[in-house]
Amino acid sequence: MSAADITAEHHDEHHDHGPAKGFTRWLYTTNHKDIGSMYLWFSLAMFLVGGCMALVIRAELFQPGLQLVEPGFFNQMTTMHGLIMVFGAVMPAFVGLANWMVPMMIGAPDMALPRMNNWSFWILPFAFGMLLLTLFMDGGAPNFGWTFYAPLSTTYAPPSVTFFIFAVHMMGISSIMGAINIVATILNMRAPGMTLMKMPLFVWTWLITAYLLIAVMPVLAGVVTMMLMDIHFGTSFFDAAGGGDPVLFQHVFWFFGHPEVYIMILPAFGIVSAIIPTFARKQLFGYASMVYATASIAFLSFIVWAHHMFTVGMPLAGELFFMFATMLIAVPTGVKVFNWIATMWRGSMTFETPMLFAIAFVILFTIGGLSGLMLAIAPADFQYHDTYFVVAHFHYVLVPGAIFSIMAAVYYWLPKWTGHQLNESAGKFHFWMSFIGVNITFFPMHFIGLAGMPRRIPDYALQFADFNAIATVGAFIFGFSQLIFVWNVIQNIRSGKKAEARCWEGAEGLEWEVPSPAPYHTFTTPPKFEGAK
Amino acid sequence: MSVAADTKKLVARLVLGTVLMFGFGFAMVPIYNVFCEITGLNGKITRTGEAEEPLVVNQDRTIKVRFISVFNEEMPWEFEPLQKVYRVNPGQMQQTAFVARNPTANNMVAQAIPSVSPSEAAQYLQKVNCFCFDRQPLDAGAQAEMPMVFFIDPEIPEHLDSITLSYTLFDITDQQQLVEASKNNNDKRSTL
Repeated sequence: MSAADITAEHHDEHHDHGPAKGFTRWLYTTNHKDIGSMYLWFSLAMFLVGGCMALVIRAELFQPGLQLVEPGFFNQMTTMHGLIMVFGAVMPAFVGLANWMVPMMIGAPDMALPRMNNWSFWILPFAFGMLLLTLFMDGGAPNFGWTFYAPLSTTYAPPSVTFFIFAVHMMGISSIMGAINIVATILNMRAPGMTLMKMPLFVWTWLITAYLLIAVMPVLAGVVTMMLMDIHFGTSFFDAAGGGDPVLFQHVFWFFGHPEVYIMILPAFGIVSAIIPTFARKQLFGYASMVYATASIAFLSFIVWAHHMFTVGMPLAGELFFMFATMLIAVPTGVKVFNWIATMWRGSMTFETPMLFAIAFVILFTIGGLSGLMLAIAPADFQYHDTYFVVAHFHYVLVPGAIFSIMAAVYYWLPKWTGHQLNESAGKFHFWMSFIGVNITFFPMHFIGLAGMPRRIPDYALQFADFNAIATVGAFIFGFSQLIFVWNVIQNIRSGKKAEARCWEGAEGLEWEVPSPAPYHTFTTPPKFEGAK
Repeated sequence: MSVAADTKKLVARLVLGTVLMFGFGFAMVPIYNVFCEITGLNGKITRTGEAEEPLVVNQDRTIKVRFISVFNEEMPWEFEPLQKVYRVNPGQMQQTAFVARNPTANNMVAQAIPSVSPSEAAQYLQKVNCFCFDRQPLDAGAQAEMPMVFFIDPEIPEHLDSITLSYTLFDITDQQQLVEASKNNNDKRSTL
């Protein structure tokens, strides 16, 4: 990559139409950077809202017995916490990062469909506004768990379930439009010379994630539509009285739900694969194997869904198939973890904030992966099913997994966005508080889960009291340490030392060739990409 | 511009993919039912009708068949098997009945939904006649014996020595009235 060409281009560029002023800038914008920023702010807001709900849950569970909230409200909190974190925090954050970084990484001037991009973002505040308003409706918000199993979510659901269904429809439309946009951008707008196998891994993982989204979000839309019809139009998809089958709901839901969990982790793999080489000052080990591993994980995600429902009464052949198919996923995942470690091996490593988050990701995500393997063992799963062991597992892959990767990405690219160098001491303080908090919160859940504490309950037997108290302390440490993150980001936007174009010494890629902060329009003429060294 | 044309084509394909996957979500319903019918997975599908060949009763084996009734939360009827457990030889025709009583002050219609456990046994249980084939109307306060006749296929594998057959009663009075109302409307229209 010759840096001279590109900086020359930027001198030629006339910065004639910068952003418009006022609120309409954000309302009408078709600029990928503006939309990326809006996605990220939206996701941060949802992360804090969902986090408050998690703290309500943990506060109630601090001691056995009912202290703070009614059991019905507790159920609404667990449901809304899950829905908001999955659909409102993690997914929009990744879409925001894709908006910001994908065009800059492939040398495109903007997304392929800028106007649709605006639309896919602006649907989200309405979808989540509607979902959050259900909290104030008669009968309360959805209380059937984020997996909304029928008949809990149909026959026994509060009236607000209809609003929940429409909210899911809207966020589904938003994700599908976002995914189509990303695929079109990546496949059609790469700079000359950037072949598929030269794309940064973040772009690769997002390309595959976008295909997963296009494949399964419509199935989610289908399953909530069936619920809507069962509730209001007299059909019996999931009602045994009319010849339907509630187990069918679980099959259709998890056919969406399992690829969904990879939608929430594949972009994280891409982020970590960008950060670790930078701070190890070495090229990524095994680039091609990373691409193939990502693709195999995506393929396998479609044939393992029933491992979420080992206890519904499947025949032995089914349990064996889903058990072994699930364990097979450990192979490509193991390849990835190996490659990250091999990248760090004998690198000249430094431990700036993004790298700390990335290394924590590798370690803690692997712990979550291992507990996932334990859950994949069908005969053992009967013991773990619906216990806190499951809660510990998926929080280990989602919090120090997906969320840590998002934080790593924000810290890594923030100087590029704001033009200011990172406040490392605040970043490291945030990292260590989060790292300690997350482990105090979720590690004890393994033990209480193995001991048999069921999930989604407001009260529990006395023998679980100590570990629950510890988990609650950890949750408050983790929750409040996110305020350091918010403060750090806002400070970075307002002030800080001027960041250079390539603000991390070992950083590679087109995004580091443009100045910091990135101008409103980048790569209006495509750069010549000569590939990584 | 060729990029714009390419994008248009690609987006059209991706939208088509989205629509197809939405359809696939709904297609999973019949696929699931057919799959269950072939494999007997959900324990719902038992064989019905007369035996195809004259039955050879296997006197060497007895199989315990247990009947249970499950109350649907909205169903006020009393509903119980006449006899809870039968020991039958494979191939032996057995008649039994469930007793149902409608304690309410309304005429009601019910539908029984069977389920067999273990589900593997479902395909070896053949119902010659069963109250679950039809809707069961009961007048207010009335009581009825609802018969069923079944046998076990002599080819049932060795390891299956106990079968549980459960029936859940569902109140379908409302749906029944809707069907009849629309029928009446149609009749009226045809006489006009």
